[in-house]
Amino acid sequence: MRFTHSKRVIPGFGLTMGVTIAMLSLLILIPLASVFVYAFRMSAADFLETVTNSAVLYAFRTSIVCALLAALINCVFGTILAWVLVRYDFPGKRFLDGLIELPFALPTAVAGITLSKMYSTTGILGKPLAGLGIEVSYTHLGLLVALVFIGIPFVVRAIQPVLEKLDPQYEEAAFILGASRRKTFFRIILSELRPALLTGFGLAFARGLGEYGSVIYISGNSAKEHTQVVSYVIMQKLNYMDYASATSIALILLIISFLMLLFVNMVQVRQSKRTNAV
Amino acid sequence: MKETQKGSAATRNILIIIAVAFVVIMLVLPLAAVIGNSLRKGFEFYMHAITARYVISALKVTLLATVVAVGVNTFFGMISSWVITKFSFRGKQFLATLIDIPFSISPVIAGLAFIMTFGRLGWAYPILENISRITGMDIQIVFALPGVLLATIFVTFPFVSREIIPVLNAEGKDEEEAAALMGAKGFYIFRKITFPQMKWALVYGIILCAARALGEFGAVAALSKTRGKTFTLPLEIDALYLSGDSDSLVAAFAVSSILVIIAIIVLVLRNIMEYRAKLRAAQK
Repeated sequence: MRFTHSKRVIPGFGLTMGVTIAMLSLLILIPLASVFVYAFRMSAADFLETVTNSAVLYAFRTSIVCALLAALINCVFGTILAWVLVRYDFPGKRFLDGLIELPFALPTAVAGITLSKMYSTTGILGKPLAGLGIEVSYTHLGLLVALVFIGIPFVVRAIQPVLEKLDPQYEEAAFILGASRRKTFFRIILSELRPALLTGFGLAFARGLGEYGSVIYISGNSAKEHTQVVSYVIMQKLNYMDYASATSIALILLIISFLMLLFVNMVQVRQSKRTNAV
Repeated sequence: MKETQKGSAATRNILIIIAVAFVVIMLVLPLAAVIGNSLRKGFEFYMHAITARYVISALKVTLLATVVAVGVNTFFGMISSWVITKFSFRGKQFLATLIDIPFSISPVIAGLAFIMTFGRLGWAYPILENISRITGMDIQIVFALPGVLLATIFVTFPFVSREIIPVLNAEGKDEEEAAALMGAKGFYIFRKITFPQMKWALVYGIILCAARALGEFGAVAALSKTRGKTFTLPLEIDALYLSGDSDSLVAAFAVSSILVIIAIIVLVLRNIMEYRAKLRAAQK
């Protein structure tokens, strides 16, 4: 930092850097560090016993598997949505585009109770589905629906700008060289979209993993049916004042989240290097 | 050639149908369901439900938390985006990643973090006790209003800076450097050059921050346990929904409809902003 100081023309580096670091530390980093400190004060045996408790392990499995599946589903529909919004013109397109971010704007608790009601056996979608023998609310399927709901904007908004900037000359070249349209899509376009897809996938997965409000009503939170998610288990431990268990479980979840954040950042750094090199 | 065009029109139609069906089933239907459920017992019941004493109290707490979170995070957003976009220093990417942390961690963990800091087991609890004793005030953070405010600030922390940073990055720092070389002071440069550049991104960041602050649930749920006192609207909705009888169920949706209307306003504003940004880009 010292070496570049002489080149700094714009004033205010010290002050703004100081304020940024101070606020970041006080409001985010120090409270989070408290979780780590408390978890590390526990003995390794207690820690392991808590996090390898079968209910906790099932909750991790449920959260991870459902968040992964939901992120994958969102990659498929997110690509279709982004493609349709960028490449085609049709009536109501702006309206469709505007609705994509609804899950960001709608409070999670509202989404949760609404989805739960809609997909219950008396709800507008749950009733016909129940007639087909498919139960959604209070099952893993319901959990998946909620996670797809909250994850979709991450994927669409990651892909859309890349697709807009994609130079059509590659597609034209592929077409002229005799590639079929399907081959052009899977070989040319999809490989260009890969970093954006990975970013969207990572963000949707990270969000789904820690999701609470939109999930807890529709999942039923049954330990027997393994429909409890990790966030719910942490909240349950908190309500029982079992802080040791809550912190241990939170620590594992935090580490997974940090790894996802790191992954997304690496993808983005690589992507920006690639675009700058062109 | 004709064959492929025919094929492409078919693909086009199928893809549009899939996209529209997805949005209608996954996004439009839930919105309609909230409104439909909220009016199930008539308009009079609806009005009665949204003016209940608990709801008014929750509305006040929610608005307070939103105003505080927006204020703090707007200040932070402007300062941190200045650092990140106007200077080069080692660890910049790392700093940006740290700011984004609240995005990818569970809101329940945010609540837990404050309990482990200021709660009975937290390291800051004795300090708070001492301050309380010396000043004679009873300072409560966890399970009280300050906890709700802190949790709301935490979960919305990156919202403003995240909107501003890309815009300032795209504008570059040539103008600020020129102004500084000609002797302009820091705040003057900010006011005359940087602020006009970030203005619209700032407004949009504030809208997003406010929307999230109004609707935060998990983090606040961990820190707020008194209905009618520290409950926010989403917590009140939760309490109504879980209490089970059909009246409070409809009331839960009635209160939800307030937040749905706010969500729709946010979406409309977002679209206006984006449209304006596109127009400006086209003018350049």
